[in-house]
Amino acid sequence: MKKLTLALAMAATIALPTLAQARDVTFTTQLKSYRGDGAYLALYLVDAQGQYQRTLWVAGKKSKYYKHLSGWAQGSGLRSSEYDGVTGASVMSGETLNVTLDVADTLIDAGYEVRVDTAVEDMRDNRAEVSAPLTTDGVGKSFPGRGYVQSFRYTF
Amino acid sequence: MLRQLHSLPGLIAALFAIVLTVTGAILSLDPALERVSTVLPASGQISVADLAGKLAVSYPGAEQIVRSPSGTLIVYFTENDQVGIDRVDPRTGQAIGPYQPSAFSRWVKNLHRSLLLDTPGRAVAGITALLMIVLTISGAMLLAARMGGWRHILQPVRGSLSQRLHIKFARVAITGLLLSALTGAYLSATTFELISEGLEAEPELPVDVAEGIPAAIHTLSVLNATDLNDLRELVYPYPGDPAGLYSLTTDQGAGYIDQVSGEWLSYQAHDATHAVYEFIYMLHTGEGLWWLGLILGLSALAVPVMAVTGSIIWWKRYSSKPKITANSSAHSADSVILVGSESNTTWGFAQTLHNSLVQAGQRVHTAPMNQLASNYRSAKQLFILTATYGDGDAPASASQFMQRLDKISTKPELATAVLGFGDRQYPQFCGFAQAVEAAFTDKGWAQLLPLDTINRQSPQEFSRWGNALGKALGIELTLLHIPVQPQTTTLELVDRADYGVAVQAPTAVLRFKALTNNGNTSLLKRVFKSNGLPYFEAGDLVGIVPPGSQVPRFYSLASASKDNSLEICVRQHRGGICSNFLYTLAIGGTIEAFIQLNPNFRPAAGKAPVVLIGAGTGIGPLVGFIRHNTAHRPMYLYWGGRSPESDFLYEPELKSYLKDQRLSELNAAFSRTSERAYVQDKIALDAEKLRQLIESDAQFLVCGGREMANSVVAALNAIAAPLGVDVTTLKAQGRYLEDVY
Repeated sequence: MKKLTLALAMAATIALPTLAQARDVTFTTQLKSYRGDGAYLALYLVDAQGQYQRTLWVAGKKSKYYKHLSGWAQGSGLRSSEYDGVTGASVMSGETLNVTLDVADTLIDAGYEVRVDTAVEDMRDNRAEVSAPLTTDGVGKSFPGRGYVQSFRYTF
Repeated sequence: MLRQLHSLPGLIAALFAIVLTVTGAILSLDPALERVSTVLPASGQISVADLAGKLAVSYPGAEQIVRSPSGTLIVYFTENDQVGIDRVDPRTGQAIGPYQPSAFSRWVKNLHRSLLLDTPGRAVAGITALLMIVLTISGAMLLAARMGGWRHILQPVRGSLSQRLHIKFARVAITGLLLSALTGAYLSATTFELISEGLEAEPELPVDVAEGIPAAIHTLSVLNATDLNDLRELVYPYPGDPAGLYSLTTDQGAGYIDQVSGEWLSYQAHDATHAVYEFIYMLHTGEGLWWLGLILGLSALAVPVMAVTGSIIWWKRYSSKPKITANSSAHSADSVILVGSESNTTWGFAQTLHNSLVQAGQRVHTAPMNQLASNYRSAKQLFILTATYGDGDAPASASQFMQRLDKISTKPELATAVLGFGDRQYPQFCGFAQAVEAAFTDKGWAQLLPLDTINRQSPQEFSRWGNALGKALGIELTLLHIPVQPQTTTLELVDRADYGVAVQAPTAVLRFKALTNNGNTSLLKRVFKSNGLPYFEAGDLVGIVPPGSQVPRFYSLASASKDNSLEICVRQHRGGICSNFLYTLAIGGTIEAFIQLNPNFRPAAGKAPVVLIGAGTGIGPLVGFIRHNTAHRPMYLYWGGRSPESDFLYEPELKSYLKDQRLSELNAAFSRTSERAYVQDKIALDAEKLRQLIESDAQFLVCGGREMANSVVAALNAIAAPLGVDVTTLKAQGRYLEDVY
């Protein structure tokens, strides 16, 4: 898992333009035992007005199911340029998704919010089941989800 | 070739096909069950806005409405910071209950799609679907060939229990199975992106959205204009988002709706290529077409039966095939053995010869006579081991031998030896072997040994021939043949009727039943409540092995296995081992018997009249045909006996058939009355009527002794001459069949 995290971090670093002032942020999403197939997740940033800003991570390989992540789908317009290089496997029931990404300092403590949309085949879609303000205070804090997410945390 | 194309994929796919079809059948119930528990409002009755307005009251936290292809409405909502999902009534917007797809269904679905093995399992499922396509098509072609053409494909089937079950289930299920297999293979191909499922063009996401106060949902014009039956999905805007949008997907297209004006901001009609995918998906799953789903599900249930019976059929054929080990190629062999056989018995002798020659250090090639090659490069001797079929004709595996031989113009360097197999009581004893020998002589091929014959599969005669062959080849050759007996069933005599003692023609009609509790009834037979008899029809043959003998004798059957008894007609012959054994058998006595199917001696299907001709015990199969003539097609019987008082076999039964019209006419001739008539005399008297019958496509079936049969041929030739036809013509048309002994 550590190796995977490292690889993801490296991939993300390469994929994103290096910003002058940025730091590695690790997002940890732990799922409940919801007893279903692998969950599709979208982690994305919205501004203070709730406007979509940037895709952080999409878990789930088949883009034909992405429209079920409806909040993110509306925001990103499902343009592949929005999520190229930040996708991975779907997350099984009860498992935890760890992703470490390079996030610009300007996005922290600036009113931005991390949202998580989730969807599972033959079960309901959850738009913004987690909304967590991206702040220094919020580091290590556990945010509950309303659907398949047990808890969401980030550290930097 | 076609058979291999059917059995090989069948054996490979059998287990997976069982899993896929059983799970498929279970899943096929879902759309129908869903349909039963769903209220479908009529078109134009309820708009999406109507429903959404009602939901606004019952579900203030509604986020998304989804309508399944079967019409189930579900609403996603948040209440007290907890998400929920409910089924709702389209008329009231009230909850029916929480929506909980069954975990069992999900498991079955995964088993069906991927055998619970993810990508490798999906690949196996896809390949199984492809094999199913091959199986349905090759199976249909095999069936057409078996039944004698596509037109006859629905006619009654004959064969073993497994064969009949296999074909009967296949005929009912084949269309559904082909549809399931084709659509399944297509869906699998789209999963693996071998076929594009058609990219669904997404509606453009509006960039500039006028902010304003959202209008009440039931006032939005697009939602008012959309019928509920066209709805697929409506996603609400994020609560409190001033630039929020509704996202609506209908059967026709998808787009975004302004939450203030209620108008489309963007709209995209569904793609035609994607519509194809959705249509095929619906055909496969029955989602939105529940009745088709049920039909496909029922068809799928035939597959487990067909997989099991198909495997049994294959195994029986495989294990009955002669297995020649160390078979060299035609070109490398020193000795070539060609076999002409009707029922595989001659193969046993060929195998013994083959093994002995291999032991003597030779390279040997053994094949059916129909595989005669134009040139055997290294062969020094060619052996022909052949039986004779019927009246001096070629047996099945030698049917094309003579034509092939005719085409060979170069004289080979090998020397030939022909060995005929047969039964001396037939007039054309080893007739075909003689014909082959004569053809070799005509062509001037060298001879290793002159024609020799084996009477009634005698191991002693075969061994003697082996000695002569050894001498000719200058090697030590011991041919020790142990005949393989077919598996026999023990039958018990339950009834007998005796005739003809007074006219020196002691004859008995014997009825047997399977000896019960013999402990080896298979599961299949118990399930289908078999009467313990092997499958047979009137006109088939029963081989009976008398005690102390290894050679079976054959009798024509007067009953079918579905009559629950095995009936034969036996005349006692002086010195006949088997006829004496049977004739003196007391009620309760047992015999060892096996069935040899004789499908070439049956009335053809259809309504054309049938003329049955026989003498003495030849009446047996003819009575069987009449007994089963419940369709009342015209049947005329000409039969010859000695005396109406003594050997009028089946007299009461035949008279009852005349009454219930299973038999149209009974013409009996007796030789020991003042009339002194034989059956051919009766035929000659009816010349005019028989000509009419020939002209109305009548079929003739003749059963009895060789002499009688020849006289009948002569009589009928005389009758048919004015019509410009003769018995040979009728034979070629399949309208004149003989079972002669």
